[in-house]
Amino acid sequence: MESKLREFFNTNFKDSLVKEETFRGDLSFFVKAEDLYAVCEALLDSHELQVKLLADITSVDWLHTDEEKDGRFEVVYNLYSIPNQFRFFIKVRLSGDDPKVKTVTDLWAGANWMEREVWDLMGIEFVGHPNLTKILTADELDGHPLRKDFPLTWEQPKFTWNQNDPPEVIK
Amino acid sequence: MSTESKTITLNMGPQHPSTHGVLRVILELDGETVVKAEPVLGYLHTGIEKTMESKLYYKALPCTDRMDYLAPMSNNLGYSLAVEKLMDIEVPEKVKWARVCLAELTRVNSHLVWLGTHALDIGAMSMLLYTFRDRESIIDVYEACGGQRMMTSYIRIGGLAHDLPVDFDKRVRNIIKQVENGLEDYETLLTNNEIFINRTKDVAVISAEDAINWSLTGPMLRGSGIKHDLRKANPYTGYENFDFEVCVGKKGDAYDRYVLRVEEIRQSLRIMKQALDGMPEGPYLAHVPGVVLPPKEDVLYKMESMIFHFKIITEGFKSPKGAVYQALESPKGEIGFYINSDGTNKPNRVRVRPPSMINLGSLPKLVEGRMFSDVITAIGSIDIVLGEVDR
Repeated sequence: MESKLREFFNTNFKDSLVKEETFRGDLSFFVKAEDLYAVCEALLDSHELQVKLLADITSVDWLHTDEEKDGRFEVVYNLYSIPNQFRFFIKVRLSGDDPKVKTVTDLWAGANWMEREVWDLMGIEFVGHPNLTKILTADELDGHPLRKDFPLTWEQPKFTWNQNDPPEVIK
Repeated sequence: MSTESKTITLNMGPQHPSTHGVLRVILELDGETVVKAEPVLGYLHTGIEKTMESKLYYKALPCTDRMDYLAPMSNNLGYSLAVEKLMDIEVPEKVKWARVCLAELTRVNSHLVWLGTHALDIGAMSMLLYTFRDRESIIDVYEACGGQRMMTSYIRIGGLAHDLPVDFDKRVRNIIKQVENGLEDYETLLTNNEIFINRTKDVAVISAEDAINWSLTGPMLRGSGIKHDLRKANPYTGYENFDFEVCVGKKGDAYDRYVLRVEEIRQSLRIMKQALDGMPEGPYLAHVPGVVLPPKEDVLYKMESMIFHFKIITEGFKSPKGAVYQALESPKGEIGFYINSDGTNKPNRVRVRPPSMINLGSLPKLVEGRMFSDVITAIGSIDIVLGEVDR
Protein backbone atom coordinates (compact mmCIF):
# COMPACT_ATOMS: atom_id res chain seq x y z
CA MET A 1 0.00 0.00 0.00
CA GLU A 2 2.87 2.39 0.79
CA SER A 3 4.35 1.97 -2.67
CA LYS A 4 0.95 2.43 -4.29
CA LEU A 5 0.49 5.69 -2.38
CA ARG A 6 3.94 6.90 -3.38
CA GLU A 7 3.17 6.07 -6.97
CA PHE A 8 -0.14 7.92 -6.68
CA PHE A 9 1.60 11.04 -5.45
CA ASN A 10 4.44 10.78 -7.95
CA THR A 11 2.20 10.43 -10.98
CA ASN A 12 -0.59 12.87 -10.10
CA PHE A 13 0.70 15.31 -7.52
CA LYS A 14 4.44 15.56 -7.91
CA ASP A 15 4.43 19.32 -7.47
CA SER A 16 1.96 19.37 -4.60
CA LEU A 17 3.91 17.00 -2.40
CA VAL A 18 6.22 18.89 -0.04
CA LYS A 19 7.71 15.95 1.80
CA GLU A 20 7.01 12.45 3.00
CA GLU A 21 7.68 11.27 6.52
CA THR A 22 7.55 7.96 8.36
CA PHE A 23 7.76 7.93 12.12
CA ARG A 24 7.17 4.72 14.10
CA GLY A 25 5.37 3.23 11.13
CA ASP A 26 2.96 6.14 10.64
CA LEU A 27 3.19 7.41 7.08
CA SER A 28 2.44 11.08 6.45
CA PHE A 29 2.44 13.16 3.31
CA PHE A 30 2.86 16.90 3.57
CA VAL A 31 1.04 18.63 0.72
CA LYS A 32 0.62 22.26 -0.26
CA ALA A 33 -2.49 23.77 1.30
CA GLU A 34 -3.92 24.98 -2.00
CA ASP A 35 -3.82 21.47 -3.50
CA LEU A 36 -5.30 19.67 -0.49
CA TYR A 37 -8.81 19.46 -1.87
CA ALA A 38 -7.64 18.09 -5.20
CA VAL A 39 -5.52 15.45 -3.47
CA CYS A 40 -8.44 14.36 -1.27
CA GLU A 41 -10.79 14.24 -4.24
CA ALA A 42 -8.38 12.11 -6.26
CA LEU A 43 -7.82 9.77 -3.32
CA LEU A 44 -11.54 9.32 -2.86
CA ASP A 45 -12.02 8.60 -6.56
CA SER A 46 -9.17 6.13 -6.81
CA HIS A 47 -10.50 2.59 -7.24
CA GLU A 48 -7.15 1.10 -6.52
CA LEU A 49 -6.44 2.79 -3.22
CA GLN A 50 -10.01 2.61 -1.81
CA VAL A 51 -9.47 5.43 0.67
CA LYS A 52 -13.04 6.11 1.73
CA LEU A 53 -12.95 6.68 5.47
CA LEU A 54 -11.88 10.04 6.83
CA ALA A 55 -11.14 9.01 10.40
CA ASP A 56 -10.28 12.39 11.83
CA ILE A 57 -9.22 15.97 11.22
CA THR A 58 -7.04 17.63 13.80
CA SER A 59 -4.55 20.43 14.11
CA VAL A 60 -1.27 21.31 15.77
CA ASP A 61 0.09 24.67 16.86
CA TRP A 62 3.88 24.98 16.50
CA LEU A 63 4.21 28.40 18.14
CA HIS A 64 7.66 29.08 19.68
CA THR A 65 9.24 25.91 18.34
CA ASP A 66 11.78 25.56 15.55
CA GLU A 67 9.08 24.02 13.36
CA GLU A 68 7.35 27.38 13.20
CA LYS A 69 9.40 28.50 10.19
CA ASP A 70 7.41 26.16 7.88
CA GLY A 71 4.14 27.62 9.07
CA ARG A 72 2.67 27.92 12.52
CA PHE A 73 -0.31 25.62 12.11
CA GLU A 74 -0.55 22.09 10.87
CA VAL A 75 -3.82 20.45 9.87
CA VAL A 76 -3.77 16.66 9.97
CA TYR A 77 -6.15 14.55 7.88
CA ASN A 78 -6.31 11.00 9.15
CA LEU A 79 -7.36 8.69 6.31
CA TYR A 80 -8.08 5.01 6.37
CA SER A 81 -8.61 2.43 3.67
CA ILE A 82 -10.92 -0.31 4.93
CA PRO A 83 -10.21 -2.96 2.25
CA ASN A 84 -6.44 -2.42 2.50
CA GLN A 85 -6.53 -2.01 6.30
CA PHE A 86 -4.11 0.86 5.97
CA ARG A 87 -3.92 4.23 7.69
CA PHE A 88 -1.96 7.27 6.58
CA PHE A 89 -1.95 10.99 7.17
CA ILE A 90 -2.12 14.03 4.95
CA LYS A 91 -0.75 17.15 6.55
CA VAL A 92 -0.78 20.77 5.47
CA ARG A 93 1.13 23.65 6.99
CA LEU A 94 -0.56 27.02 7.31
CA SER A 95 0.79 30.44 8.19
CA GLY A 96 0.06 31.97 11.56
CA ASP A 97 -1.44 35.20 10.27
CA ASP A 98 -4.34 33.92 8.26
CA PRO A 99 -4.74 30.15 8.52
CA LYS A 100 -7.11 29.01 5.80
CA VAL A 101 -7.72 25.80 3.92
CA LYS A 102 -10.49 24.59 1.66
CA THR A 103 -13.18 22.50 3.29
CA VAL A 104 -13.63 18.81 2.48
CA THR A 105 -17.24 18.63 3.71
CA ASP A 106 -18.56 18.02 0.20
CA LEU A 107 -16.32 14.96 -0.09
CA TRP A 108 -16.98 13.55 3.38
CA ALA A 109 -20.12 14.46 5.29
CA GLY A 110 -18.40 13.45 8.52
CA ALA A 111 -15.87 16.27 8.10
CA ASN A 112 -18.50 18.81 9.11
CA TRP A 113 -18.14 18.52 12.87
CA MET A 114 -14.42 17.77 12.76
CA GLU A 115 -13.76 21.01 10.89
CA ARG A 116 -16.05 22.93 13.20
CA GLU A 117 -14.09 21.61 16.16
CA VAL A 118 -10.76 22.61 14.63
CA TRP A 119 -12.15 26.07 13.88
CA ASP A 120 -13.52 26.43 17.39
CA LEU A 121 -10.47 25.24 19.29
CA MET A 122 -7.62 26.23 16.97
CA GLY A 123 -9.04 29.01 14.83
CA ILE A 124 -8.29 27.59 11.40
CA GLU A 125 -10.77 28.69 8.79
CA PHE A 126 -12.21 26.13 6.40
CA VAL A 127 -13.22 28.03 3.30
CA GLY A 128 -16.61 26.97 1.96
CA HIS A 129 -17.78 25.16 5.08
CA PRO A 130 -21.60 25.28 5.25
CA ASN A 131 -21.83 26.11 8.96
CA LEU A 132 -18.53 27.13 10.45
CA THR A 133 -19.64 28.02 13.99
CA LYS A 134 -18.59 27.24 17.53
CA ILE A 135 -19.22 23.68 18.58
CA LEU A 136 -17.64 23.02 21.97
CA THR A 137 -16.76 26.27 23.69
CA ALA A 138 -19.21 28.75 25.21
CA ASP A 139 -20.65 31.42 22.94
CA GLU A 140 -19.15 34.20 25.08
CA LEU A 141 -15.60 32.86 24.88
CA ASP A 142 -13.25 34.89 22.74
CA GLY A 143 -10.29 33.20 21.14
CA HIS A 144 -9.35 29.65 20.37
CA PRO A 145 -8.33 27.66 23.46
CA LEU A 146 -5.97 25.13 21.91
CA ARG A 147 -3.65 27.82 20.56
CA LYS A 148 -0.42 27.96 22.50
CA ASP A 149 -0.83 31.66 23.28
CA PHE A 150 -4.19 31.04 24.96
CA PRO A 151 -3.51 30.83 28.70
CA LEU A 152 -4.34 27.56 30.38
CA THR A 153 -6.01 29.16 33.37
CA TRP A 154 -7.88 31.87 31.50
CA GLU A 155 -11.37 32.08 32.92
CA GLN A 156 -14.18 33.37 30.85
CA PRO A 157 -17.09 34.35 31.05
CA LYS A 158 -17.77 37.44 33.07
CA PHE A 159 -17.42 36.40 36.68
CA THR A 160 -13.70 35.85 36.45
CA TRP A 161 -11.30 37.37 38.95
CA ASN A 162 -8.47 37.68 36.49
CA GLN A 163 -10.24 39.09 33.47
CA ASN A 164 -8.08 42.19 33.20
CA ASP A 165 -4.96 40.47 34.32
CA PRO A 166 -4.60 37.11 32.57
CA PRO A 167 -1.83 34.96 34.00
CA GLU A 168 1.18 33.85 31.97
CA VAL A 169 0.86 30.73 29.86
CA ILE A 170 1.79 27.82 32.08
CA LYS A 171 4.56 26.05 30.24
CA MET B 1 -58.45 28.86 6.27
CA SER B 2 -54.96 28.39 4.98
CA THR B 3 -53.81 24.83 4.33
CA GLU B 4 -50.19 25.79 4.48
CA SER B 5 -48.30 23.60 6.97
CA LYS B 6 -46.31 25.22 9.70
CA THR B 7 -43.41 23.75 11.57
CA ILE B 8 -42.69 24.21 15.25
CA THR B 9 -39.32 24.28 16.92
CA LEU B 10 -38.87 22.07 19.94
CA ASN B 11 -35.92 22.20 22.26
CA MET B 12 -34.92 18.79 23.58
CA GLY B 13 -32.42 18.80 26.41
CA PRO B 14 -29.82 19.59 27.69
CA GLN B 15 -31.53 18.18 30.79
CA HIS B 16 -33.42 15.27 29.34
CA PRO B 17 -33.22 11.73 30.73
CA SER B 18 -32.78 10.00 27.40
CA THR B 19 -29.98 12.19 26.07
CA HIS B 20 -27.54 10.34 28.35
CA GLY B 21 -26.07 13.47 29.79
CA VAL B 22 -26.27 17.04 28.59
CA LEU B 23 -26.96 16.79 24.89
CA ARG B 24 -29.30 19.36 23.43
CA VAL B 25 -31.11 18.83 20.16
CA ILE B 26 -33.06 21.58 18.43
CA LEU B 27 -35.82 19.87 16.52
CA GLU B 28 -37.98 21.36 13.84
CA LEU B 29 -41.22 19.40 13.76
CA ASP B 30 -43.99 19.20 11.21
CA GLY B 31 -46.68 17.54 13.25
CA GLU B 32 -44.86 14.52 14.56
CA THR B 33 -42.32 14.33 11.75
CA VAL B 34 -38.83 15.68 12.26
CA VAL B 35 -37.92 18.15 9.52
CA LYS B 36 -34.58 19.22 10.90
CA ALA B 37 -32.50 18.16 13.86
CA GLU B 38 -29.54 20.12 15.10
CA PRO B 39 -27.48 18.73 17.98
CA VAL B 40 -25.86 21.34 20.22
CA LEU B 41 -22.79 20.23 22.13
CA GLY B 42 -20.35 21.67 24.58
CA TYR B 43 -22.23 21.77 27.86
CA LEU B 44 -19.64 19.45 29.36
CA HIS B 45 -16.57 20.87 27.63
CA THR B 46 -13.72 20.82 30.11
CA GLY B 47 -10.73 21.27 27.82
CA ILE B 48 -9.19 17.88 28.50
CA GLU B 49 -6.92 18.10 25.45
CA LYS B 50 -5.51 21.44 26.61
CA THR B 51 -5.06 20.06 30.13
CA MET B 52 -3.16 17.07 28.82
CA GLU B 53 -0.78 19.33 26.90
CA SER B 54 0.23 21.05 30.10
CA LYS B 55 1.11 17.86 31.98
CA LEU B 56 3.95 15.37 31.97
CA TYR B 57 3.20 12.21 30.02
CA TYR B 58 2.47 10.25 33.18
CA LYS B 59 0.27 12.85 34.74
CA ALA B 60 -1.92 13.20 31.67
CA LEU B 61 -3.08 9.61 31.99
CA PRO B 62 -5.86 10.18 34.58
CA CYS B 63 -7.46 12.68 32.18
CA THR B 64 -8.23 9.88 29.77
CA ASP B 65 -10.63 7.84 31.90
CA ARG B 66 -12.59 10.95 32.71
CA MET B 67 -13.73 11.21 29.11
CA ASP B 68 -15.54 7.96 28.44
CA TYR B 69 -16.27 7.01 32.02
CA LEU B 70 -18.12 3.86 30.99
CA ALA B 71 -15.03 2.46 29.29
CA PRO B 72 -12.12 3.78 31.38
CA MET B 73 -9.74 0.90 30.65
CA SER B 74 -10.05 1.32 26.86
CA ASN B 75 -9.07 4.96 27.15
CA ASN B 76 -6.14 4.20 29.48
CA LEU B 77 -5.03 1.52 27.09
CA GLY B 78 -5.22 3.82 24.07
CA TYR B 79 -3.15 6.55 25.69
CA SER B 80 -0.62 4.10 27.13
CA LEU B 81 -0.19 2.39 23.77
CA ALA B 82 0.28 5.73 22.05
CA VAL B 83 2.99 6.83 24.49
CA GLU B 84 4.61 3.40 24.26
CA LYS B 85 4.63 3.74 20.50
CA LEU B 86 6.20 7.19 20.80
CA MET B 87 8.87 5.97 23.23
CA ASP B 88 9.29 2.63 21.45
CA ILE B 89 8.62 0.50 24.54
CA GLU B 90 7.92 -3.21 24.33
CA VAL B 91 5.77 -4.48 27.22
CA PRO B 92 6.00 -7.97 28.81
CA GLU B 93 3.71 -10.76 27.58
CA LYS B 94 1.70 -10.87 30.79
CA VAL B 95 0.82 -7.20 30.44
CA LYS B 96 -0.50 -7.76 26.93
CA TRP B 97 -2.75 -10.61 28.01
CA ALA B 98 -3.98 -8.78 31.08
CA ARG B 99 -4.70 -5.70 28.98
CA VAL B 100 -6.73 -7.71 26.47
CA CYS B 101 -8.72 -9.22 29.33
CA LEU B 102 -9.35 -5.81 30.92
CA ALA B 103 -10.24 -4.16 27.62
CA GLU B 104 -12.83 -6.84 26.92
CA LEU B 105 -14.16 -6.57 30.46
CA THR B 106 -14.61 -2.88 29.75
CA ARG B 107 -16.43 -3.63 26.52
CA VAL B 108 -18.87 -5.85 28.40
CA ASN B 109 -19.29 -3.13 31.01
CA SER B 110 -20.00 -0.44 28.44
CA HIS B 111 -22.35 -2.60 26.37
CA LEU B 112 -24.29 -3.65 29.47
CA VAL B 113 -24.87 -0.05 30.47
CA TRP B 114 -25.83 0.73 26.88
CA LEU B 115 -28.28 -2.18 26.81
CA GLY B 116 -29.91 -1.14 30.07
CA THR B 117 -30.26 2.53 29.24
CA HIS B 118 -31.27 1.99 25.63
CA ALA B 119 -34.02 -0.41 26.68
CA LEU B 120 -35.08 2.01 29.41
CA ASP B 121 -35.36 4.82 26.87
CA ILE B 122 -37.80 2.85 24.80
CA GLY B 123 -39.86 1.55 27.65
CA ALA B 124 -38.35 -1.65 29.04
CA MET B 125 -37.49 -0.52 32.53
CA SER B 126 -36.56 -3.85 34.09
CA MET B 127 -33.56 -4.25 31.78
CA LEU B 128 -31.72 -1.47 33.54
CA LEU B 129 -31.95 -3.25 36.88
CA TYR B 130 -30.65 -6.53 35.48
CA THR B 131 -27.78 -5.10 33.48
CA PHE B 132 -26.64 -2.89 36.34
CA ARG B 133 -26.64 -5.93 38.62
CA ASP B 134 -24.18 -7.65 36.27
CA ARG B 135 -22.17 -4.51 35.74
CA GLU B 136 -21.73 -4.17 39.49
CA SER B 137 -19.49 -7.24 39.61
CA ILE B 138 -17.34 -5.80 36.81
CA ILE B 139 -16.99 -2.56 38.74
CA ASP B 140 -15.93 -4.64 41.76
CA VAL B 141 -13.10 -6.10 39.70
CA TYR B 142 -12.04 -2.57 38.73
CA GLU B 143 -11.97 -1.71 42.40
CA ALA B 144 -9.84 -4.76 43.20
CA CYS B 145 -7.43 -3.82 40.38
CA GLY B 146 -7.00 -0.08 40.57
CA GLY B 147 -8.65 0.87 43.84
CA GLN B 148 -11.31 2.95 42.10
CA ARG B 149 -14.64 1.88 40.77
CA MET B 150 -14.84 4.06 37.66
CA MET B 151 -11.78 6.22 37.10
CA THR B 152 -9.37 3.33 37.32
CA SER B 153 -6.14 4.65 35.70
CA TYR B 154 -4.99 1.07 36.12
CA ILE B 155 -3.31 0.58 32.75
CA ARG B 156 -0.17 2.71 32.84
CA ILE B 157 2.60 3.57 30.44
CA GLY B 158 4.72 0.44 30.17
CA GLY B 159 2.41 -1.92 32.01
CA LEU B 160 -0.06 -1.85 34.86
CA ALA B 161 -0.24 0.15 38.08
CA HIS B 162 0.00 -2.95 40.28
CA ASP B 163 0.04 -6.65 39.72
CA LEU B 164 -3.35 -8.23 39.05
CA PRO B 165 -5.26 -9.00 42.27
CA VAL B 166 -4.81 -12.57 43.55
CA ASP B 167 -8.41 -13.64 42.93
CA PHE B 168 -8.61 -11.93 39.50
CA ASP B 169 -8.97 -15.20 37.63
CA LYS B 170 -11.76 -16.47 39.88
CA ARG B 171 -13.65 -13.19 39.84
CA VAL B 172 -13.54 -12.78 36.08
CA ARG B 173 -14.62 -16.38 35.53
CA ASN B 174 -17.59 -15.73 37.80
CA ILE B 175 -18.45 -12.66 35.76
CA ILE B 176 -18.25 -14.63 32.53
CA LYS B 177 -20.70 -17.18 33.94
CA GLN B 178 -22.99 -14.50 35.33
CA VAL B 179 -23.12 -12.46 32.12
CA GLU B 180 -23.60 -15.58 30.00
CA ASN B 181 -26.66 -16.49 32.06
CA GLY B 182 -27.79 -12.89 32.09
CA LEU B 183 -27.61 -12.59 28.30
CA GLU B 184 -30.14 -15.37 27.92
CA ASP B 185 -32.56 -13.45 30.12
CA TYR B 186 -31.98 -10.21 28.23
CA GLU B 187 -32.60 -11.84 24.91
CA THR B 188 -35.79 -13.46 26.21
CA LEU B 189 -36.93 -10.04 27.31
CA LEU B 190 -36.02 -8.09 24.19
CA THR B 191 -35.18 -10.02 21.03
CA ASN B 192 -38.71 -11.19 20.27
CA ASN B 193 -40.47 -8.49 22.24
CA GLU B 194 -43.00 -6.91 19.92
CA ILE B 195 -42.84 -3.46 21.47
CA PHE B 196 -39.05 -3.44 21.28
CA ILE B 197 -39.09 -4.62 17.67
CA ASN B 198 -41.61 -2.00 16.65
CA ARG B 199 -39.57 0.72 18.27
CA THR B 200 -36.25 -0.34 16.75
CA LYS B 201 -36.73 -2.15 13.45
CA ASP B 202 -36.27 0.09 10.40
CA VAL B 203 -35.56 3.00 12.71
CA ALA B 204 -32.41 5.12 12.50
CA VAL B 205 -31.28 3.35 9.34
CA ILE B 206 -27.96 4.22 7.74
CA SER B 207 -26.64 2.52 4.63
CA ALA B 208 -23.11 1.17 4.35
CA GLU B 209 -22.08 3.90 1.94
CA ASP B 210 -23.43 6.67 4.14
CA ALA B 211 -21.88 5.14 7.22
CA ILE B 212 -18.42 5.44 5.68
CA ASN B 213 -19.14 8.89 4.32
CA TRP B 214 -20.16 10.06 7.81
CA SER B 215 -16.91 8.60 9.26
CA LEU B 216 -18.80 6.21 11.54
CA THR B 217 -16.86 3.49 13.32
CA GLY B 218 -17.51 0.65 15.71
CA PRO B 219 -20.95 -0.92 16.05
CA MET B 220 -22.48 1.91 13.98
CA LEU B 221 -20.34 0.92 10.98
CA ARG B 222 -20.58 -2.83 11.51
CA GLY B 223 -24.35 -2.57 11.95
CA SER B 224 -24.52 -1.43 8.32
CA GLY B 225 -22.78 -4.58 7.15
CA ILE B 226 -19.15 -3.51 6.89
CA LYS B 227 -16.80 -5.99 8.43
CA HIS B 228 -14.27 -3.64 9.95
CA ASP B 229 -12.83 -4.15 13.40
CA LEU B 230 -9.47 -2.70 14.38
CA ARG B 231 -8.83 -5.70 16.63
CA LYS B 232 -8.67 -7.80 13.45
CA ALA B 233 -7.56 -5.21 10.90
CA ASN B 234 -4.64 -3.64 12.78
CA PRO B 235 -4.17 -5.81 15.87
CA TYR B 236 -2.69 -4.11 18.91
CA THR B 237 -1.60 -5.43 22.31
CA GLY B 238 -1.63 -9.02 21.06
CA TYR B 239 -5.17 -9.38 19.70
CA GLU B 240 -3.79 -11.44 16.83
CA ASN B 241 -3.44 -14.38 19.26
CA PHE B 242 -7.13 -14.53 20.02
CA ASP B 243 -9.87 -16.33 18.24
CA PHE B 244 -13.11 -14.37 17.84
CA GLU B 245 -15.64 -13.36 15.22
CA VAL B 246 -16.35 -9.87 13.94
CA CYS B 247 -20.12 -9.52 13.96
CA VAL B 248 -21.94 -7.49 11.33
CA GLY B 249 -25.52 -6.37 10.83
CA LYS B 250 -27.46 -6.23 7.59
CA LYS B 251 -29.73 -3.26 7.32
CA GLY B 252 -28.06 -0.81 9.65
CA ASP B 253 -31.11 -0.10 11.78
CA ALA B 254 -31.33 0.19 15.56
CA TYR B 255 -32.42 -3.42 15.92
CA ASP B 256 -29.40 -4.70 14.00
CA ARG B 257 -27.14 -2.69 16.26
CA TYR B 258 -28.83 -4.21 19.30
CA VAL B 259 -28.30 -7.76 18.01
CA LEU B 260 -24.73 -6.90 17.10
CA ARG B 261 -23.82 -5.46 20.47
CA VAL B 262 -25.29 -8.44 22.32
CA GLU B 263 -23.25 -10.70 20.06
CA GLU B 264 -20.17 -8.58 20.77
CA ILE B 265 -20.64 -9.20 24.49
CA ARG B 266 -20.57 -12.94 23.73
CA GLN B 267 -17.38 -12.59 21.70
CA SER B 268 -15.81 -10.52 24.46
CA LEU B 269 -16.58 -13.26 26.96
CA ARG B 270 -14.93 -15.70 24.60
CA ILE B 271 -11.80 -13.56 24.39
CA MET B 272 -11.73 -13.14 28.17
CA LYS B 273 -11.82 -16.92 28.65
CA GLN B 274 -8.89 -17.35 26.26
CA ALA B 275 -6.99 -14.56 27.99
CA LEU B 276 -7.48 -16.14 31.41
CA ASP B 277 -6.53 -19.63 30.20
CA GLY B 278 -3.37 -18.43 28.52
CA MET B 279 -2.30 -15.73 31.01
CA PRO B 280 1.49 -16.10 31.31
CA GLU B 281 3.49 -15.40 34.44
CA GLY B 282 5.93 -12.54 34.52
CA PRO B 283 6.50 -8.93 35.48
CA TYR B 284 3.63 -6.46 35.26
CA LEU B 285 5.83 -3.57 34.09
CA ALA B 286 8.35 -3.16 31.31
CA HIS B 287 11.91 -2.55 32.45
CA VAL B 288 12.87 0.73 30.81
CA PRO B 289 14.81 2.78 33.35
CA GLY B 290 14.04 6.47 33.27
CA VAL B 291 10.84 6.11 31.27
CA VAL B 292 8.65 3.49 32.93
CA LEU B 293 8.02 3.92 36.65
CA PRO B 294 9.77 1.16 38.63
CA PRO B 295 7.54 -1.25 40.60
CA LYS B 296 6.50 0.20 43.93
CA GLU B 297 8.04 -2.72 45.89
CA ASP B 298 11.45 -1.86 44.46
CA VAL B 299 11.12 1.85 45.16
CA LEU B 300 11.13 1.20 48.87
CA TYR B 301 14.18 -1.07 48.91
CA LYS B 302 16.41 -0.25 45.94
CA MET B 303 18.26 3.01 45.59
CA GLU B 304 18.26 3.16 41.76
CA SER B 305 14.54 2.52 41.62
CA MET B 306 13.92 5.29 44.08
CA ILE B 307 16.03 7.73 42.10
CA PHE B 308 14.21 6.88 38.87
CA HIS B 309 10.86 7.10 40.59
CA PHE B 310 11.71 10.55 41.90
CA LYS B 311 13.09 11.69 38.55
CA ILE B 312 10.10 10.47 36.52
CA ILE B 313 7.58 12.02 38.86
CA THR B 314 9.29 15.40 39.07
CA GLU B 315 10.70 16.02 35.59
CA GLY B 316 9.28 13.21 33.49
CA PHE B 317 11.09 11.88 30.47
CA LYS B 318 12.05 13.49 27.19
CA SER B 319 10.30 12.09 24.15
CA PRO B 320 11.68 11.97 20.61
CA LYS B 321 10.33 14.54 18.20
CA GLY B 322 7.50 13.29 16.02
CA ALA B 323 3.84 12.42 15.89
CA VAL B 324 2.21 9.07 16.53
CA TYR B 325 -1.36 7.90 16.24
CA GLN B 326 -2.67 4.86 17.99
CA ALA B 327 -6.21 3.72 17.31
CA LEU B 328 -8.09 1.02 19.07
CA GLU B 329 -11.53 -0.48 18.98
CA SER B 330 -13.28 0.93 22.02
CA PRO B 331 -16.85 -0.17 22.79
CA LYS B 332 -18.13 2.93 20.99
CA GLY B 333 -15.91 2.84 17.95
CA GLU B 334 -12.42 3.83 16.99
CA ILE B 335 -10.81 5.81 19.79
CA GLY B 336 -7.53 7.27 18.68
CA PHE B 337 -4.78 9.17 20.43
CA TYR B 338 -2.71 11.48 18.26
CA ILE B 339 0.30 12.60 20.24
CA ASN B 340 2.50 15.25 18.74
CA SER B 341 5.79 15.69 20.52
CA ASP B 342 8.24 18.56 20.14
CA GLY B 343 11.02 16.81 22.02
CA THR B 344 10.26 18.08 25.51
CA ASN B 345 8.85 16.26 28.53
CA LYS B 346 5.30 17.34 27.77
CA PRO B 347 3.25 16.55 24.68
CA ASN B 348 2.92 19.45 22.26
CA ARG B 349 -0.55 18.33 21.29
CA VAL B 350 -2.77 15.45 22.31
CA ARG B 351 -5.78 14.85 20.16
CA VAL B 352 -8.35 12.29 21.13
CA ARG B 353 -10.44 11.01 18.28
CA PRO B 354 -13.78 10.80 20.04
CA PRO B 355 -15.81 7.92 18.60
CA SER B 356 -19.13 8.89 20.10
CA MET B 357 -18.87 12.51 19.01
CA ILE B 358 -18.14 11.60 15.42
CA ASN B 359 -20.89 8.96 15.47
CA LEU B 360 -23.29 11.51 16.94
CA GLY B 361 -22.60 13.76 13.94
CA SER B 362 -24.80 11.46 11.89
CA LEU B 363 -27.86 12.07 14.11
CA PRO B 364 -29.53 14.52 11.67
CA LYS B 365 -29.06 11.96 8.90
CA LEU B 366 -30.65 9.24 11.04
CA VAL B 367 -33.75 11.12 12.19
CA GLU B 368 -34.67 13.69 9.55
CA GLY B 369 -37.92 12.73 7.90
CA ARG B 370 -38.76 10.24 10.64
CA MET B 371 -41.12 10.33 13.60
CA PHE B 372 -40.29 12.34 16.71
CA SER B 373 -40.17 9.29 18.98
CA ASP B 374 -37.46 7.79 16.77
CA VAL B 375 -35.05 10.51 17.93
CA ILE B 376 -34.86 8.81 21.33
CA THR B 377 -34.15 5.44 19.71
CA ALA B 378 -31.53 6.97 17.43
CA ILE B 379 -29.65 8.72 20.24
CA GLY B 380 -29.76 5.53 22.28
CA SER B 381 -28.55 3.30 19.50
CA ILE B 382 -25.58 5.55 18.65
CA ASP B 383 -24.32 4.93 22.22
CA ILE B 384 -22.90 8.25 23.32
CA VAL B 385 -21.16 9.35 26.47
CA LEU B 386 -21.24 13.11 26.77
CA GLY B 387 -18.03 13.21 28.77
CA GLU B 388 -16.28 12.06 25.64
CA VAL B 389 -18.36 14.01 23.13
CA ASP B 390 -17.51 17.33 24.78
CA ARG B 391 -14.19 16.50 26.44
